[in-house]
Amino acid sequence: MTELVIIGGGPAGMSAAIAAYEAGIRDVLIIERDEALGGILQQCIHNGFGLHKFGEELTGPEYAWRYEKRVRELGIAFKLGTMVLDISKDKVITATNPEDGMFRIEARAIILAMGCRERSKGALNIAGTRPAGIYSAGTAQKYVNMKGYLPGKEIVILGSGDIGLIMARRMTLEGAKVKMVCELMPFSSGLARNIEQCLNDFDIPLKLSHTVVEIHGKERVEGVTIARVDENRKPIEETREFVPCDTLLLSVGLIPENELSKKIGVKLSPITGGAEVDEKRQTSVPGVFACGNVLHVHDLVDFVSEEAEIAGRAAAEYIMEEVAEMQEYVEIETDGRIRYTVPQKTLRGDDVTVFFRVGNVARNVKINVYSGERLVLTKRKSRVAPGEMESVVLSSEILESAKKLRFCLEEE
Amino acid sequence: MYDITVIGAGVIGGMIARELAKYELKICIVEREGDVAMGATRANSAIVHAGFDAAEGSLKARFNVRGSEMMEKVAEELGVKYKRNGSLVIGFCEEDLKTLKALEERGNKNGVRGLRIVSGEELFKIEPNLSKNVRYALYAPTGAIVCPYELTVAAIGNAMDNGADLKLDFEVTDIRKTDDGYDVISSGETVRTRYVINAAGLYSDRIAAMTGDSSFSVHPRRGEYILLDKECGSLVNTTVFRTPSKMGKGILISPTVDGNLLLGPTSEDMTDKEDRKTTAKGFEKVIKEAAEDVDGIPFNKVITSFCGLRAVGSTGDFIINSPFANFINVAGIESPGLTSAPAIAEYIVGLLEKNGAKLSRKKEHNPIRRPMHYFREASFEEKNEIIKRDKAFGRIVCRCEEVTEGEILEAIRTNPRPRDLDGVKRRTRAQMGRCQGGFCSPYIVELLAREMNIPYEEVTKFGGNSRVNLARTKGEA
Ligand SMILES: Cc1cc2nc3c(=O)[nH]c(=O)nc-3n(C[C@H](O)[C@H](O)[C@H](O)COP(=O)(O)OP(=O)(O)OC[C@H]3O[C@@H](n4cnc5c(N)ncnc54)[C@H](O)[C@@H]3O)c2cc1C
Ligand SMILES: Cc1cc2nc3c(=O)[nH]c(=O)nc-3n(C[C@H](O)[C@H](O)[C@H](O)COP(=O)(O)OP(=O)(O)OC[C@H]3O[C@@H](n4cnc5c(N)ncnc54)[C@H](O)[C@@H]3O)c2cc1C
Repeated sequence: MTELVIIGGGPAGMSAAIAAYEAGIRDVLIIERDEALGGILQQCIHNGFGLHKFGEELTGPEYAWRYEKRVRELGIAFKLGTMVLDISKDKVITATNPEDGMFRIEARAIILAMGCRERSKGALNIAGTRPAGIYSAGTAQKYVNMKGYLPGKEIVILGSGDIGLIMARRMTLEGAKVKMVCELMPFSSGLARNIEQCLNDFDIPLKLSHTVVEIHGKERVEGVTIARVDENRKPIEETREFVPCDTLLLSVGLIPENELSKKIGVKLSPITGGAEVDEKRQTSVPGVFACGNVLHVHDLVDFVSEEAEIAGRAAAEYIMEEVAEMQEYVEIETDGRIRYTVPQKTLRGDDVTVFFRVGNVARNVKINVYSGERLVLTKRKSRVAPGEMESVVLSSEILESAKKLRFCLEEE
Repeated sequence: MYDITVIGAGVIGGMIARELAKYELKICIVEREGDVAMGATRANSAIVHAGFDAAEGSLKARFNVRGSEMMEKVAEELGVKYKRNGSLVIGFCEEDLKTLKALEERGNKNGVRGLRIVSGEELFKIEPNLSKNVRYALYAPTGAIVCPYELTVAAIGNAMDNGADLKLDFEVTDIRKTDDGYDVISSGETVRTRYVINAAGLYSDRIAAMTGDSSFSVHPRRGEYILLDKECGSLVNTTVFRTPSKMGKGILISPTVDGNLLLGPTSEDMTDKEDRKTTAKGFEKVIKEAAEDVDGIPFNKVITSFCGLRAVGSTGDFIINSPFANFINVAGIESPGLTSAPAIAEYIVGLLEKNGAKLSRKKEHNPIRRPMHYFREASFEEKNEIIKRDKAFGRIVCRCEEVTEGEILEAIRTNPRPRDLDGVKRRTRAQMGRCQGGFCSPYIVELLAREMNIPYEEVTKFGGNSRVNLARTKGEA
């Protein structure tokens, strides 16, 4: 029996491990599929990480190293090159690696920190041929930053998610020509600072309300047909335009990797694609916690680390049986304009920070929190966008008197 | 000099080569693409049809029913997945019921066993997720599914293990009569052979014409598909067809042997034999019809879409004949060609004998091939034994389909050897899952480059000019 097993050694997994250790748990094991700790940060060689957490602009590997160093200093155990294949309902983990072969570990508590994967081309149903030269942006990032190869020279990017924006700049710096970034929505899903630094600074056009409707080329991509879309996101025939290129990069969304969570029977949110959790990031299965991109997609790794610390401490409390006696949760609902919150429910007692995302860009709005009919909290924002995660703090007083809270986005 | 040259490494050429490899014959398979199973065999519905579709007395009917009987054993010998899941042709109205009864009758005449019309409770017991508008169905318990490219890779691998040669990137451009047979000519190489078997799919008319036989033509008919995540394969148990009508056969909904859900195909006559584009219209049609037939299909779980071209012969039936001595056409093999393949192969043996070929059985022939996915199907303990011998089986490369480095390396080293990403994909399922190679393809490129001893940037997706990377980055020396 291992007290705490953490699945995934990215920033979430490492932060959670450190927090649990510092809260008194010594028997911690991180299991990581890759040959190194650090998760997706290993290939994010640009800077911009750690502004919130450390007040400095670090690169991805630098940010990850701060945590890896701590993991090593504390002597927290980790297994690399080890893939978790299954977790049973009674917390028996099945994993495999070249040295140990297939093995099983029983855990008292588990923290899920598997990160996310990119949405692939298949999910988009783009018409046309299926040649070489179509990659998700993260795959291209791996070719360029980790392997030292250039997957293409004349590039169109579909989707203005952050990875796409980062790769627009990266490919340009590597000597490729990035012709445009097409975004289906009338706004970008990427961070404002990335649009400025990765597109505008390099004169790469961002075509909002545009999509790729057809892919051309028999063996290698020879071009794409793009078109403007109407309010219902349907392509407008007359606006079809052929753009020659040898590569199409896709940055069309990230999907939390919850295949293992399903095997344990964790309840997932249809909106986030991650587990439904309480303020401690505990899932519907007692003793199973989730944090980082496997829980919901984050834009900033700093918040991943913070979230993971909450999960790590909570797992330690669970193991040490310091869990408060059964109480009723305060449920958190949203109005749809606010798409989701994390956590989705919370116990009373302390102040709780609630993270959320909106579904659409809006200006001069109020985030109103209602307890029944009663307005208990208002936060004003001059602009909200789906690409930027927001948060409010629910004070212990608000929670004390509430049964159910409703988060609403309302006009000024 | 070869005894037999088979043109085309699809399921037809593959099964024929495997069957002939049982005899004392020197066999060569020539294929214009960089891998086997790149034609119709790569993209079809993967159904082992029961045999009630084809007209009584046709070659299609004959080989379909026989092939369907043979398939289970063939699949077992070749170690490929096969599942007898049964099929349903569903009807919504009285008119459909009439057609279903006619199909049942035709099936009975063709020799299909166990056909019956089901309705009401029994129907929904077989297939609980059918739309409530469905009223009747023709149930065919002998309907089955198999993986067509796995079957072909295995058949050709088995032929090669028994001595056959495979020449890839060999596009036949001419065929010349010689004193004792033919010269089969490509731009780079000529193969001398006694007999030629034309199994060139869509191009079988062109191959026949090279010898002076222009008695038939073949045209492409496009079929588009959508494939859903493995989570969705259990939505239906059987293969669900629509009642054929004046509007055509309609699409089918079927689990695949790997547990995905397959929707399609559309049906559209074309002229260009190379046009495998998918279309927005095709997607719409497939989605619309599928949603009418079965409830609760999660269309947000689509992982890929693709298109296949049927080789429709001008005679309306399979064209299997010998227009000249020592030359055999196996042409216009549209559906149910996959199902019929083992039966056609068996028939070709007889046709060769009629053509004067002296056939004697090999003594040391081995019909068995190690199952393609033996590792995947092994128990916990068996896997550990294998990993102990070869650590590469402990390293997962494709995380979605859980394919190990050991399996990939073994596939790269096994006949017929894959030389590109798609070849590895068809043999191991690596890159076939929900992320479609996003995570693992950079590593598989590395394995291919190393095993074939070529530079990283020369690795292709599917041969030719389909290179994955175009250059090194500036940072590298
Ligand atoms: C291209 C890109 C650019 C970004 N830019 C910025 C930026 O500028 N600033 C910023 O703050 N943030 C940025 N981010 C976001 C930040 O990197 C992520 O939010 C953060 O890495 C998420 O951490 P994680 O630990 O949840 O997931 P990951 O880093 O994805 O780690 C998950 C780990 O779990 C492992 N794993 C998964 N399944 C298994 C299993 N079954 N068995 C064993 N191990 C498993 C994986 O191998 C992986 O190492 C960027 C992200 C990307 C992709
Ligand atoms: C949409 C669709 C759905 C189908 N569904 C089913 C089904 O569910 N069940 C069923 O039983 N059947 C089905 N079929 C039919 C089945 O797929 C085919 O009958 C079968 O794959 C034909 O195999 P083949 O070997 O004749 O042709 P192919 O697989 O096309 O092989 C011919 C080969 O010849 C090669 N070639 C061509 N020209 C040359 C040349 N000049 N030199 C060298 N090589 C050459 C090609 O590259 C190709 O590899 C379907 C077909 C389609 C298209």
